[in-house]
Amino acid sequence: MQRLTDALDFQSRALVLRSERQRLIASNIANADTPGYQAREMDFANALRQATGRGGIGNANGNGNGDGTGAALATTHAAHEPATVSLRDEPGLLYARHSQDAVDRNTVDLDRERATFVDNTVKYEATLRFINGSMRSMLDAMKSVNQG
Amino acid sequence: MSMFKIFDVSGSAASAQTQRLNAVASNIANADTVAGPDGKAYKARQVIFQTLMMGEAGAAGVQVAGVVESDKEGRRVLAPNHPSADAQGYVTYSNVDPIGEMVDMISASRSYQNNVEVMNTTKGLLLKTLQMGQS
Repeated sequence: MQRLTDALDFQSRALVLRSERQRLIASNIANADTPGYQAREMDFANALRQATGRGGIGNANGNGNGDGTGAALATTHAAHEPATVSLRDEPGLLYARHSQDAVDRNTVDLDRERATFVDNTVKYEATLRFINGSMRSMLDAMKSVNQG
Repeated sequence: MSMFKIFDVSGSAASAQTQRLNAVASNIANADTVAGPDGKAYKARQVIFQTLMMGEAGAAGVQVAGVVESDKEGRRVLAPNHPSADAQGYVTYSNVDPIGEMVDMISASRSYQNNVEVMNTTKGLLLKTLQMGQS
């Protein structure tokens, strides 16, 4: 039963992350005129790797707990305390690098945000189609021959 | 479903931009207002935006923190025959800068459009999500 839903599980996690990223970009576009607002961005590949328990960058050196619920900070010195960051609150949110300085310290690059928004929309729809497709092929496989 | 929050985020931004547009409209309407008997002319108004965190991570809306009046000196024109002229024969007009207000208006209207577009796109995505597995 587990193997039946494995592919769906991956896609559904990707869909949740896509919707979170969509919300993030919407917040950036909403705050394009707010003085002092710092644009946020998500490292999608890393977040997906952590959400599906395949190890993010923080887990690469064996410091991570690997269950997909928390990301570990890398320790580069023996005296460093291992600290875990809860993924539940901030799924790998970063601050976007800004291309030019603004007088009001706002770092939203509206052109880039709009492009990222469209990109994320298309990829969300693609993930939806993947889910629909794998569900359809699963249902087809369940049908017996004489059911047509 | 975290995408429903986008309507709150973009809706708050659209509402804030509407207030900004409202202030711009008042300013342009009063660009040629002269001072009344008390000698005080209309002062240009400007809304101040502030980020409003909306609970979930990364969901940041916009709220209007307040409306400030510009304390720039009003335009003074020598017109001794004007009924509102003061003792020296000067008429004080409002301190509105019409060109700056026009720029502000275009900026507010573009930002409003951006937020509406975000809401429309999100609505389409949510409707497609509702049909998941039905096709």
